Amino acid sequence: MIFEMFQYPFMQRALLVGLFVAICAALVGVSLVLRKNSMIGDGLSHTAFSAFALAAVFGFAPLYFALPIVILASFFVLRLSRNRKIHGDAAIAVLSASSLALGTFAISVTKGVNIDLNSYLFGSILSVSWLDVWLSAGLAAIVVILYFFAYHRIFAITFDEEFARSVGVKTGLYDAIFAAICSVVIVLGMRLLGSLLISSLIIFPTLTAMRCAKTFKGVVAASVIISAVAFVTGLVLSYFCAAPTGATVVLVNLAALILALFVEKIRKG
Amino acid sequence: MALLTLKKVRLGYGDNVVINDANFSIESGDFVCIVGTNGSGKSTLVRGILGLIKPQKGEIIYGDGLDRTQIGYLPQETRVDATFPATVEEIVLTGCLGHMKMRPFYCHGEHKHVHESLKKLGIDSLAKKSFVDLSGGQKQKVLLARSLSATRKLLILDEPSNNLDYKSRKSFYAALAKLNREHGLTIIMITHDLDADDLIGNKVLALKEGSVTLEDTQKYLEAYK
Repeated sequence: MIFEMFQYPFMQRALLVGLFVAICAALVGVSLVLRKNSMIGDGLSHTAFSAFALAAVFGFAPLYFALPIVILASFFVLRLSRNRKIHGDAAIAVLSASSLALGTFAISVTKGVNIDLNSYLFGSILSVSWLDVWLSAGLAAIVVILYFFAYHRIFAITFDEEFARSVGVKTGLYDAIFAAICSVVIVLGMRLLGSLLISSLIIFPTLTAMRCAKTFKGVVAASVIISAVAFVTGLVLSYFCAAPTGATVVLVNLAALILALFVEKIRKG
Repeated sequence: MALLTLKKVRLGYGDNVVINDANFSIESGDFVCIVGTNGSGKSTLVRGILGLIKPQKGEIIYGDGLDRTQIGYLPQETRVDATFPATVEEIVLTGCLGHMKMRPFYCHGEHKHVHESLKKLGIDSLAKKSFVDLSGGQKQKVLLARSLSATRKLLILDEPSNNLDYKSRKSFYAALAKLNREHGLTIIMITHDLDADDLIGNKVLALKEGSVTLEDTQKYLEAYK
């Protein structure tokens, strides 16, 4: 039966995009969560929603319009989170709510444009194209290569940014690269999982992995495996239950986290 | 030539000038304690020496073959997440990043250097242990070992005895004194102003209202009494 469901081209596309995005989100997520920057994903996903909505209203190609806007927004969010005078988390919350409001407002007041608001907010498995597959495959290749060659520097920045800077690591450059990757992950994954749920793909696998491994390498590896397995499980379950893919994937991730917390508690006695 | 020279250095954040007109030299083998009240600019001075902030005026000169990226820095303990998932070895190896330039992986020599650093502090048996499972004193020694991996010349420590109990603090200071005496490392350490027990170095760099003065520890203590 599972073999049968993957004979549909839309399921093949969803599986590939989902897997590539899940791997990238897990890799980027480890650093963001451990540095207590996971809200950046939430802020950017709502910005992506606004960008997609505006693209639909003005008749632009959604992907090409949203990508540069979300990447620019990510650099802006990064500056906000570093600014000592502003409360970074509050600024991200303002950006998040304003973007969601702008997108909803634009869609609501525009006449003659047929947009399914639900598919933007909660994702639609039918909206994934072969272009998304190729883009997400390219992104996954870039992220894996970056992680492989810059692993020790990423570890140093994640553990102690100031020390990393003191030994000459270009932390600003790595931050910008991570923010840009995070934006692309969100834009590509958003159509599949929805703007309200995509950021959970960045946060959940790391939180679960931290209950399973005690080394950084272990957390990175466990996070990737958990993210990929949770996505495939969620996709299969959503097909058989006729439920939205994004919500099902998030619920599977939540179940994995609860299970990991339970096992951790038993292990500690 | 002195290991470190500051000439008419002004440090601050935008319009807020924290250190004004700092002029002093630190020689190889010195053990300097930086003292001053909260907000006097101790951490700002250290961040300037490390190149984390640029001087608004003046210059900082590194002598005796010292490279700015090869200074061993121990930030305040509160900056580091005590629950971070990593082994001791993973953490201490990051001290070698300043030597790696564009190379992506650590070489055999760097692994060896890390084990020497751990051995110097008597914690080589902890190499494969998880950072989360260590005591406060052990964690601080691990971070010191990371700083040692970064340098053979200059260590800079930002209030390293914070949150350490009396016994751990004594053990930590003994390790520092040994590194200075036996291995010839120059040490700059931010410490408390009023506690003479913490003034274990031969010189004191006193910060007051933006000005900086360098004195012998004995002279400073006598004047303080």
